[in-house]
Amino acid sequence: MATPRPVARPSRPVYLNLFAIRQPLPAIVSILHRASGLLLFLVGIPLALWGLDLSLRSPEGYAQFATAMSHPFAKLAALALLWAAIHHTLAGIRHLLLDVHIGIDLASARRSSALVVVLALVATLAIAIRLW
Amino acid sequence: MVDLTAKHVVGAHYGLRDWLVQRITAVVMVVWVVTFLGALLYYGGFDQASWRALWATPGFRLLSFAFLVSVLWHAWIGVRNIAMDYIKPTWIRLTFQSAVATALVLYLGWTIQVLWR
Repeated sequence: MATPRPVARPSRPVYLNLFAIRQPLPAIVSILHRASGLLLFLVGIPLALWGLDLSLRSPEGYAQFATAMSHPFAKLAALALLWAAIHHTLAGIRHLLLDVHIGIDLASARRSSALVVVLALVATLAIAIRLW
Repeated sequence: MVDLTAKHVVGAHYGLRDWLVQRITAVVMVVWVVTFLGALLYYGGFDQASWRALWATPGFRLLSFAFLVSVLWHAWIGVRNIAMDYIKPTWIRLTFQSAVATALVLYLGWTIQVLWR
């Protein structure tokens, strides 16, 4: 008589609540890279093309664009998109450096992740100060 | 014999090529950003005249075209990767990806219209 196959019993609970797991910094930079990229596609590209179109169309178009951009909500939206663009660019440059094996050890990867997050926020803040 | 079940209509099919394209387009975009920031410094901020002058410069216009094509191609690969990760039912993904591709092609036409008016 064959012995019964041992049933694989998970010895630890599988717990995959993404909001309860403390994500390491490189993971946060990674998901923000995705989120910012999607935001840039959904809102950034059409809005940038609209703005470029309007501002280059005629002197009136340029004035119209400038007026639209002076609204506080427009400034906030522009700021959010600029943050997305800056974060995405910096995280992308970090990606390219990792591709050529620069900074791939854990300590450097954590440092560069922190640098990306902080630099993107500082640059966005600097632009915000200039806008207001 | 060809295994037809392995043919996914919404798959990537070409992993390495897209990986490489994503990086090359990224570099092109960084080159444009640096050039644009340089122009911003050169003009010391833009008014209507300098803004139009910049976009009328043939070299900058051509670089901007390369930039915008890079943006659209890069966006296609990135958004498709996101769709492949999160949208599981084939027909929803096919619909979504078709809409994305159509939007990007329209954006390309818009880009050309704006740059060469």
